[in-house]
Amino acid sequence: MSKAFTPSTAKPGVITANDLREGHNVWMTTTGWSRNPADATLYEDEAIAELDLLKAIGQSNVVVGAYLVEARRGPNGPQPAHFREAFRQTGPSNHFHGIQADLDRNHEASHV
Amino acid sequence: MFDARPSRPETESEYVRYRAAQFRQQVARRLDGSLTEEEFRPLRLMNGVYLQLHAYMLRVAIPYGTLDADQMRVLAHLAETYDKGYGHFTTRTNIQYNWPKLIDIPDMLDALATVGMHAIQTSGNTIRNVTTDAFAGAAADEVADPRPYAELIRHWSTDHAEFQFLPRKFKIAISGGAEDRALVTAHDIGLRLVERDGARGFEVWVGGGLGRTPILGQVIRDFLPEDDVLPYLEAIVATYNLSGRRDNKYKARIKITVSERGIDAFRADTEDEFVRRRAAFTGVVRKALHGFQNRFAAPSFRDAPTDSYDAARSKRAAFRSWTDTNLRPHRADGYASVIVTLKAPGATPGDASGEQMRLLADLAERYGHNDLRISHDQNVVLPHVHVSDLPAIYDALLPAGLATANAGKTSDIIACPGMDYCTLATARSIPIAQDIAAHFRAEGLEDEIGKLNIRISGCINACGHHHLGHIGILGLDRAGVENYQITLGGDGYDIPTIGQRAGAGFPAEEVVPAIDRLMRAYLDLRDHPEERFIDAYRRLGVEPFKAALYPAETEAA
Repeated sequence: MSKAFTPSTAKPGVITANDLREGHNVWMTTTGWSRNPADATLYEDEAIAELDLLKAIGQSNVVVGAYLVEARRGPNGPQPAHFREAFRQTGPSNHFHGIQADLDRNHEASHV
Repeated sequence: MFDARPSRPETESEYVRYRAAQFRQQVARRLDGSLTEEEFRPLRLMNGVYLQLHAYMLRVAIPYGTLDADQMRVLAHLAETYDKGYGHFTTRTNIQYNWPKLIDIPDMLDALATVGMHAIQTSGNTIRNVTTDAFAGAAADEVADPRPYAELIRHWSTDHAEFQFLPRKFKIAISGGAEDRALVTAHDIGLRLVERDGARGFEVWVGGGLGRTPILGQVIRDFLPEDDVLPYLEAIVATYNLSGRRDNKYKARIKITVSERGIDAFRADTEDEFVRRRAAFTGVVRKALHGFQNRFAAPSFRDAPTDSYDAARSKRAAFRSWTDTNLRPHRADGYASVIVTLKAPGATPGDASGEQMRLLADLAERYGHNDLRISHDQNVVLPHVHVSDLPAIYDALLPAGLATANAGKTSDIIACPGMDYCTLATARSIPIAQDIAAHFRAEGLEDEIGKLNIRISGCINACGHHHLGHIGILGLDRAGVENYQITLGGDGYDIPTIGQRAGAGFPAEEVVPAIDRLMRAYLDLRDHPEERFIDAYRRLGVEPFKAALYPAETEAA
């Protein structure tokens, strides 16, 4: 599965994990971890990505289950390459829960 | 139960509280860095805590699917306080919370402990929650109530020191009815209560299971006296513990052990082990069973007129339809068992909100002898209801979205959480179930189709029991796209059968049209309106239904 993925220019990737305390999905950014997958750092260089993955795994007091996964360059940031990651980036399809709801709340809050 | 460690707390409730306190310490040690994730993972799994697609998931055991009102209210409290207002009842009659925070789970376990509940052995390679018939103690066709035996097995298997690290997980089901409603042939061990020459005992099945290698079990003992049930179970599990494969997790279940070694060799080893272990149980089973049988004694059924029920049926068509569909026969005159399906239009199969759980608790307390059951088909059962109370129950269920008249019909679909929640899933199950249910309701075909069992799994692990569906649907990932294989002819009940794959899979958007073609073919082909789809399939074979699913291929041929 996606944990063995190594990025390249043709197939870039992002590092994702779960927040240790709360469990929600997070993506590695240049400054830490974000709930918004569009903030993620997009890796095209295998060596840099592997180094950052080691750093991510080393932050075991913050996140759990860090892995590299393929992503695509999008107009507003990285986008998922596979539907599994697309669901992780939005939430379940039967309830408006998960990241789709959290980002929606943040969006509303920023427009108040 | 038979572990003699002197330091072990004496009673179950103390033990449950002890384990909750222990897990609280383990979480604290994980958060302060004293435990690595590698060290913590097996500890959290021992307490039913998984890391899923979006969040942690807590799986709570509902022993043999039985709850009282207070326990249901605690489940509602957990849903409302620590989750997003709902819980998901599973095909193994447990409940899963999809959104708990790790930091809250110790509080959740404390709350569960107040009503004797826990999440112990809901994960890991241990003996899992024992399941049984949702109509146990109520069914008209019952040899005996299986719950005292299920409780006995629960006590024996919980924290059984020898069986905490089996080659793989281990599931036991027990059935007391003339009809097997517990799917005993699809379990690692299945027990069917039988009577022979006036003595009560078990027909013992072993080596059944679904997953990537679906196999129906085989009879290892055609009659086991009830007093021998624990030493015999222990002999089976001990034999498996030693001879089950640990080199390949996909070949580690007992079904593979029995298949590879042959039932005769496995039986011989089990019988030898049984002889060695039997003496340690002398008198123990009888004494424990006596207590449990008292606890599960039938409630005091009342003798009351049924005129109001008959009048409501004749005056109210919707009520009549619901009672026609959602009641099951009860052994006491004037009583029925009520199936409250968690399959309303647009609902997620098996999901119940905290509000719905509280209502069900109130109804059980007021009308149902404080007894609730979770069925393996992800519904809730009020097992003991006097029919004169049914109009009031129906009126209470209706505004809560719990009075859908569809038990055992097309929209009463079993579906695992699939890729909407599960990290193992390869495709979604829930939207497929919702789309099929919505389609046949919109077409007005559900009543005409009648009894139909559709089961959907979002991966090959088969938590949705798709192999046992009259129509089974398996969601897979085909080159990065969700794709669904259809199996036909499966059955878990009267003639246990593993469904056969019909042909190539369908993209998600083509599943509903395919099932529509299948159902219309069935309606054309059936002998008479009472001939169910599965009966027509057995009579005619796969070909006419395959032709309906794949019309282009049939025309080309």
